[in-house]
Amino acid sequence: MSGALDLFSIAAISVGGFFFLAGTVGLLRFPDPLCRLHALTKVDNLGLGFIVLGLIARSDGVFGALKLVAIWALVQLAGATSAQLIARAIRRKEQIGAKSAGGSPAA
Amino acid sequence: MNALGAVDLGLALLVLAIAGWTIAAREAFAAIVGYVAYGLLLSIVWARLFAVDVAMTEAAIGGGVTGVLLISAAARLRQAQTAEDERPTLPLRLMAAALSALAAIALGAVILSLPEPGPSLAPLAAKNLAATGVGNPITAVLIAFRSFDTLLEKVVLLLAIIGVWSLAPDRYWGGAPIAPRAARPVGALTFLAQLVAPIGVVVGVHMVWVGADEPGGAFQGGAILAAMWMIVMMARLSEAPPVGAPWLRAALVAGPAVFLIAGASGAVTSGAFFALPQAFAKPLILIIEAFMTLSIAVTLPMLVAGPPRRAPL
Repeated sequence: MSGALDLFSIAAISVGGFFFLAGTVGLLRFPDPLCRLHALTKVDNLGLGFIVLGLIARSDGVFGALKLVAIWALVQLAGATSAQLIARAIRRKEQIGAKSAGGSPAA
Repeated sequence: MNALGAVDLGLALLVLAIAGWTIAAREAFAAIVGYVAYGLLLSIVWARLFAVDVAMTEAAIGGGVTGVLLISAAARLRQAQTAEDERPTLPLRLMAAALSALAAIALGAVILSLPEPGPSLAPLAAKNLAATGVGNPITAVLIAFRSFDTLLEKVVLLLAIIGVWSLAPDRYWGGAPIAPRAARPVGALTFLAQLVAPIGVVVGVHMVWVGADEPGGAFQGGAILAAMWMIVMMARLSEAPPVGAPWLRAALVAGPAVFLIAGASGAVTSGAFFALPQAFAKPLILIIEAFMTLSIAVTLPMLVAGPPRRAPL
């Protein structure tokens, strides 16, 4: 029984690690900021989700497992919010850039 | 080398690389982002050294609160905008580099010349842990065995607040600071603040409470509570209070004051300044921790909010 649980932990944490690796590649290789942001938030969700899933199998009792799930949920919330804020800042910068480029060509 | 050794080595190299990158970064904002990442990595290092309490403090204070402080400082510097134009001359830069290298060499020499194993009071502290009634040796050391140092650390925070406030122009004295915040309400940030603040308050209080027996304590819990107040102010759900408000002043001095009273009463009841009577040691430690948490939770956001920038009402 514990052997199967260990196997499940290893598999889930490895999948989580793979997602983090893929997200890091995306962060480095994707062409524009919004795409990179997309890679980052996906990884936060899936990568951390799988790692938490793998760790739940090893947690001591229900409260430990609930704490892990709470950590995952809080990271989701923080990640989604900061992604929103960064995307908003990028768009505002682009709008300002477009306005100053189109508005006064002489300057 | 086993797997954990490889992780430790990689971690050490990563910390050094980020530290170098932070120093080399041209732009203040990039340097601050590097510094926050450095703080988070350092907290993993502390966790690997089995110093979970230090790891939590490093993540909360070194990574989180200091990061916010530095970002708001950088934003204020950008308004002044002089540093970019006035680059230091070559001799000045060389002298600064020489001084930094000298300090690094001196520190390295001191650390390498320490006796092995280093002098330690740990066995003595562990032997007398039972007398304090708390189970977490870190809390026992902070509040009971070296309480005077801990008191002075809180007083330093208080001095920092006085220093920040004293930058206020006369006409704003007693008025409210304007905390760093979104230019106008942003839906996502408002949602985060409304959802996370109640959860964070529970987590912060929980951290202080379990700090008696497990990793945690006034500093870590207080920093979480402080972060919640900062988020609420950043999302424009609340305003920073005027610095003249009596409740604010009371909350700021409550921790050091209660600590000092407990210490002074020790001189009467137990025969030594800061000696805690053994029968009441644990409740006294918990009371001191509770008031210190309050003071930390109020001090840190007020440091971030900066000097008063509004006329008093």
